[in-house]
Amino acid sequence: MTTTLPTGPVPALAPAPSGLALVGRAVDFWRVQFRRTWRGTWASTVLTPLGFLAAMGLGLGSIVDSGAQASTLGGVDYLDFIAPGLLAASVMQQAAFESSYPVLGAIKWARQYHAQLATPLRVRDALAGHLLWVAVRLAISAAVFLVIMGLFGTFHSWWALLCLPAAVLTGMAFAPGIFGFAARLETDSGFALLFRFAIMPMFLFSGTFFPVSQLPDWLEPLAYAVPLWHGVDLCRDLALGTVSWGSSLGHIAYLLLWVAGGFAVALRTFSRRLVS
Amino acid sequence: MWVEGCQRAGLGSVTVPDDLPMIHARGLVKRFGDFTAVAGIDVDVARGEAFGFLGPNGAGKSSTMRMIGCVSPVTEGTLRVLGHDPAADGRRIRARLGVVPQEDTLDFELSVMENLVVYGRYFGMSRRQAAERGRQLLEFVHLEERASSQVEPLSGGMKRRLTIARSLINEPDLLLLDEPTTGLDPQARHVVWDRLFRLKQRGVTLVLTTHYMDEAEQLCDRLVVMDSGRIAAEGSPAALIREWSTREVVELRFAADETEEQGEKVESLVAQPGRPLHALVDRVELLPDRVLLYSDDGDGTVAELHRGGMQPESVLVRRSSLEDVFLRLTGRSLVE
Repeated sequence: MTTTLPTGPVPALAPAPSGLALVGRAVDFWRVQFRRTWRGTWASTVLTPLGFLAAMGLGLGSIVDSGAQASTLGGVDYLDFIAPGLLAASVMQQAAFESSYPVLGAIKWARQYHAQLATPLRVRDALAGHLLWVAVRLAISAAVFLVIMGLFGTFHSWWALLCLPAAVLTGMAFAPGIFGFAARLETDSGFALLFRFAIMPMFLFSGTFFPVSQLPDWLEPLAYAVPLWHGVDLCRDLALGTVSWGSSLGHIAYLLLWVAGGFAVALRTFSRRLVS
Repeated sequence: MWVEGCQRAGLGSVTVPDDLPMIHARGLVKRFGDFTAVAGIDVDVARGEAFGFLGPNGAGKSSTMRMIGCVSPVTEGTLRVLGHDPAADGRRIRARLGVVPQEDTLDFELSVMENLVVYGRYFGMSRRQAAERGRQLLEFVHLEERASSQVEPLSGGMKRRLTIARSLINEPDLLLLDEPTTGLDPQARHVVWDRLFRLKQRGVTLVLTTHYMDEAEQLCDRLVVMDSGRIAAEGSPAALIREWSTREVVELRFAADETEEQGEKVESLVAQPGRPLHALVDRVELLPDRVLLYSDDGDGTVAELHRGGMQPESVLVRRSSLEDVFLRLTGRSLVE
């Protein structure tokens, strides 16, 4: 028996696609996937801001505003005070959700990252594409939150429009780091710890519901170190129109530092986990 | 001699040596910490060839495949895939590969067709291109009626066929299949083999890993048997059988408690120089439940055994298979 094989030169390769193109292809996948599941997400996207603003802003606010402590809040209504804080905090919370279960799923359960890495996509493309998609999701939620804030009448300046990128930046200060954390896990039980001992305390004590200056003195520096406080303060200044360049740019720089640092960490853990 | 490999306009000037095979590995090593998964192997796969990595679990087949797939970095040695270095040109090489991984990586939340389209997008295909190609591929793997159904409820065989269809979306030059039919029932396996055979006929270069001997015999022009990260033997299925086994195998069964005793008797018969049996039988293997005699003349061996007074409960003369080669080379003990 003889077999004749098609011989000849090895076929030539096309030039490598750019990193940007590859990242775009990954974003496109998550977009298609979201089209399948978005219906389930709308309720929480709309109800979270509605519920928080009504209960905390109007309900609790009516008691706070009638108290003698109004000067602590710089003379603003409690609703106006907490609305931008809640925006930043709830975007952070969503960032944590989007960066935890879906990431471990793409590594272990549905294994979408493995599918991507068999194609021209590299680890950094899969990571950056998924992160960009998280940013898109955060922007959608932040936009809905802002519209509802508008309906509650909590805006006092056109600067408030910049709350959108500021809130997304706040969420993205957390996302890459949590991506990296998720890529180290074998089971999802680590996420329960993450939410209970990191996300929840930050949500409560980063100046969202009361100024950080009300914290015990020894806790105050810790609150300043947490990126959420910078996001809350930035959004609050923008919403109230009390922007000062120095502090706002400082907040932005600090948040960007977390984005970059988190990305570096995530890229390392992703590489170790996915292409060993 | 190096030739201008890139003929089509707009692809830049890429040179590829015209005598380089699709896969070229020399002294290829993969280590994970202290553990050596692949301990220095040499492999060449020519264009249009169907090549198999055969071996027990843990032999290093999948690690080798992941290096060839440009996913897992090479620890040591030389590897060229489609004439290029995976470390430098991974993106470009992967653009021309089709990969069927050992564990499915299908997206259960998407439909069958959506799975194909998103995968095509990874290769830079437009949505329309990918959908059109996807339709042809679903027809090819007999899943056209499932285009809009969810992936989750599909049977194992259907998921496997979908994964194969997906791996072909970019019309790959080289198709890598890691245990393509593990876990499938015989019907589903035959459908997959049939499809892979079609691809082979069309000139697609196939590289597969398997621990199924029949799969290797069905599909592979040439294969290597791997054991503990090394290549134990190489050749076509027929050549391997010729080299490592005899033409036929005689299987003797005795009453359960007599197997050992009778087996030793057979061994001593064969061991006597001058007896016809000594010339006929190449090797005797005692197993807990039966005795195997490797011989080029099975019937002659059986006749001589009877003449020597052996009375087995049952006698089976069969042709030697790749499985005999495999067990000879990699041993019978369980690898765990």
